[in-house]
Amino acid sequence: MIGPFSDPVMQRALVEATLVGVCGGALGCWVIFYGLSYASESLAHGLFPGLVAAALLGLPLVLGAGVGLVAAALAVAVASRVPGVGRNVAVAVVVTSLFGLGVLLALSPASPPGIQALLFGDVLGANDADLALSGALALGIVGALWLLHGRLLAVGFDRDFARSLGVSAAAADAAVLTLLAGAILVGVQGMGNLLVVAVLIGPAATARQLSSRMAPMMLLSVAVAALAGAAGLCLSYYAGTAAGASIAAALVAAYLAAAFGRRSRLPITVEEVP
Amino acid sequence: MNRAAASHEVDGGPLIRATSDRDVLAEAAGLTVGYGGVAAIENVSFRVRRGERIALLGPNGGGKTTLLRSITGEADRISGSLRVSASWATVPQTERSRLDYPVSALDVAVMGSLASLPWWRQPGRRERAAALQALERVGMVKLAGATFGELSAGQRQRVLIARGLVQDAGLLLLDEPFTGLDASSSDRLETLIGALATEERGILIATHDLEQARRWDLVVCLNRRQIAFGPPGEVLNLAVLEATYGGAIVAIPDSGGLGILPPHHHHQS
Ligand SMILES: Nc1ncnc2c1ncn2[C@@H]1O[C@H](COP(=O)(O)OP(=O)(O)OP(=O)(O)O)[C@@H](O)[C@H]1O
Ligand SMILES: [Mg+2]
Repeated sequence: MIGPFSDPVMQRALVEATLVGVCGGALGCWVIFYGLSYASESLAHGLFPGLVAAALLGLPLVLGAGVGLVAAALAVAVASRVPGVGRNVAVAVVVTSLFGLGVLLALSPASPPGIQALLFGDVLGANDADLALSGALALGIVGALWLLHGRLLAVGFDRDFARSLGVSAAAADAAVLTLLAGAILVGVQGMGNLLVVAVLIGPAATARQLSSRMAPMMLLSVAVAALAGAAGLCLSYYAGTAAGASIAAALVAAYLAAAFGRRSRLPITVEEVP
Repeated sequence: MNRAAASHEVDGGPLIRATSDRDVLAEAAGLTVGYGGVAAIENVSFRVRRGERIALLGPNGGGKTTLLRSITGEADRISGSLRVSASWATVPQTERSRLDYPVSALDVAVMGSLASLPWWRQPGRRERAAALQALERVGMVKLAGATFGELSAGQRQRVLIARGLVQDAGLLLLDEPFTGLDASSSDRLETLIGALATEERGILIATHDLEQARRWDLVVCLNRRQIAFGPPGEVLNLAVLEATYGGAIVAIPDSGGLGILPPHHHHQS
């Protein structure tokens, strides 16, 4: 290994960023076409108190994030049953309250120095156990996406028609949301509470500019996420910027490049093949 | 559940019924259906047998789509009885899919095969071959690789028909499938419908074309209630047409027959 990646800390960071990229990139395509961008942001922010509590208690962050996710999901479910409160309003109220609670906890004098890491991630701090857990989750997510591909595609295309095929749209939604929760768990360690959404939406939005088939779009999205991860780590190494934020910046750059590239390409693609 | 398996059962498998009963794919008696408890069409009684092409006639809002939805379960049965004893495939009237969705025409046709696959199986080479064959039948095989959303409305309609063929259902529900088709595609679809009927399927077709309906086996006339059901030669007389379409009936000078003023059709995007 040469350059920044001769350092074991950077090597682990690269593995972590790649795993996050594989999950976020592949799942992000479904998040976009299932209209779940808002849900993913809400889930990521709603689990913040769990993350802070885990940091305060010295427990593994992934455990705190998992408990926080379940609590946030339950709180949203309860709040949206209050008569006269719409679902979106319920989500907004619950998520903002939870996020505020997390910030309060994190700013308390008992808090270990590290709210920065919780909000923006600490991809350089990944240890071998973190990597193993991320790897297992990533494997599960990719396996599930492969297994369910045809059905997810049919439900995203036409929910009513999928039902007539005996494919349950509710089950497909639940599957995507569950996988989304898993991907957030993988990503939140390295990218932090605020930036994990960037890995879920950024690569998929970029790949969507360049591909008009689901499977190639997912592969492209994973590639974009992994490359942006490596590029962000290099940037952080040489320029001394925060690692998570550098990865997010690389993702934004990739998206802008794809959007502009597509625009300049447009006149050519208008010519149709006979 | 597996609808294709259900159709095979009807196809003459273990269930032995009286011959006449075996041929009935769907039967309604005194059926009233609607939405949220409010009736949209009342007192509908009809029977679909194998090999029959049945036209659904009626003005805009007359209840053609609602009748098809009663079979798919999308509209609520309020009273009366409805028995559906075959698997069905439907080609809806309005497009419900988003046009920026990343699928090809072939991908869409392949989706029809999911009905007969267990949930852990992905459509494979066999399913793709069946989908290509179905696209061939609707004259879309050359555009199999095109992005679905970039096809014209008529081409998309034909892809959806191919998807229904891949489902291999006993009962085909086509909601105004001729809308937006040019003359040659229209002829081709009419031939295809005839061929499907000889394959022992039952086909319900909502249409605004009276002449077309006359060429098929049976017609159901709807105007918020059932006006008539029977062979076109017996049913399509002036009284029935007036009750069905209100005042929009005109005599067709050359043929000596009757026609309706073309409906002002709501365009799909
Ligand atoms: N989803 C729905 N909810 C409530 N009412 C509906 C719904 N769909 C249709 N209706 C009502 O049911 C009646 C029959 O509508 P339907 O769509 O079956 O007519 P149609 O014969 O298919 O008309 P068109 O020729 O315009 O397609 C109409 O009065 C319509 O307003
Ligand atoms: Mg209709």
